[in-house]
Amino acid sequence: MILGIETSCDETAAALVTDSGEVRASVIASQAELHARYGGVVPEIASRRHLELVGPVAREALAAAGASLEDVDAIAVTQGPGLVGALLVGVSAAKALAWSRKLPLVPVDHLDGHIASLYLDATPIEPPFVCLLASGGHTQLRAVRGRGSSELLGTTLDDAAGEAFDKGARLLGLGYPGGASIDRLAQEGDPTAFAFPVAKLAGLDFSFSGLKTALLYAVKRLEEAELDARRADLAASYQHAIVTALSRRVADAARKTGLDRVAVVGGVAANSGLRESLPDAVFAPLAYCTDNAAMIASAARFVEPLPYPRYLDLDVYASRR
Amino acid sequence: MVELVSASSAETEELAARLATRLAVGDVVEVRGELGAGKTTFVRGACRALGISEPVTSPTFTIGHRYQGRVDVSHLDLYRFAGVSAAEWGDLESYFDDAIVFVEWPEAGSGVLPLARVTVALEHVDEQRRRITLDATDATLLQEL
Repeated sequence: MILGIETSCDETAAALVTDSGEVRASVIASQAELHARYGGVVPEIASRRHLELVGPVAREALAAAGASLEDVDAIAVTQGPGLVGALLVGVSAAKALAWSRKLPLVPVDHLDGHIASLYLDATPIEPPFVCLLASGGHTQLRAVRGRGSSELLGTTLDDAAGEAFDKGARLLGLGYPGGASIDRLAQEGDPTAFAFPVAKLAGLDFSFSGLKTALLYAVKRLEEAELDARRADLAASYQHAIVTALSRRVADAARKTGLDRVAVVGGVAANSGLRESLPDAVFAPLAYCTDNAAMIASAARFVEPLPYPRYLDLDVYASRR
Repeated sequence: MVELVSASSAETEELAARLATRLAVGDVVEVRGELGAGKTTFVRGACRALGISEPVTSPTFTIGHRYQGRVDVSHLDLYRFAGVSAAEWGDLESYFDDAIVFVEWPEAGSGVLPLARVTVALEHVDEQRRRITLDATDATLLQEL
């Protein structure tokens, strides 16, 4: 079994995954409730929180799996990209655990982790395929050639798709998390009521910042009472524009690479509009769309492990190299 | 203080590029403005002038980016912060080492982050145009910008 640890951003997570990709336990010390209470503002984005939580979360994962460290063959951990201090907590904890049991350590890239969430499915999609990775912090298209290898095809040039949802929700006066509240309200609205722009860029890149500004001005142009009446239409039209941008690019990428199969991972993969718009795509299991450690342990299966004790000077990275 | 109206995001980037060439490692630039005002656009323009060619994206969710150009540039975003505690400052501090630092939504870091050499405020005029106000601790920095 692989014990995975993830502390790259807001969530402190640990999971146990078998070599065949069966999740024995996945624990996330989610701050979602706190986020909601503070309207999307995190009460404290500090590695200190990860430090307090990483031990208990790992113990809880072992208990949930009915396992002990005796059953663990390797420790996997997110090495980057992310907030340096937060990553260091996870990497230090992973080093200590691996060192104490003379186990190998497997450094995992967070974005590779998202892709590997697909391999936690009972009947997983196999490479090659085009993968859309869309979350709060990242929006990328990758050509996945093997379970451990992918190449970047395109990326957002400004805001990530998940951020576009979150800030759109803020502009519409909706609650946190923004993606879910827009998705819910969009069900009651007309997606063609407002013609929001879909960025036209060369290549396979994305841009969502112009769309955000367009929503801001659409909201500004409405009187308060009118805004209340049109909020669902705004949400539906805004979501439609994001989904159209994403699904068009996915089609472009499939055409350019000649890869006819498509997968979607990351928090935005939970969006119902995107799921409807890409009926033939494979979506990551819902439980593993947002940040988690099961995907990190899953990805570790396809990364060369660092044998004991050759990982003590392993460093983290803020940005993907 | 310098105040002008930018007619487009391209113009905003050009202004930021002119400012960037006058900055030195260790300088902190606060970039204020509401959603969609063009804060990330401004930082992107500065990064291009400092030799960074990769995408300069919003750090709202990732909190901090660090780019290597002719000098290092850190790009921070405190949008999701209520304030900056001592522990949070511990996480942010390394982004201020040996870099020019741009901070979006700096309000939460008031009194905790190192003093800014330049403060940039972007305001909506209409969908395209932005009023941009720049202020510096030493007025000579902004002369004939």
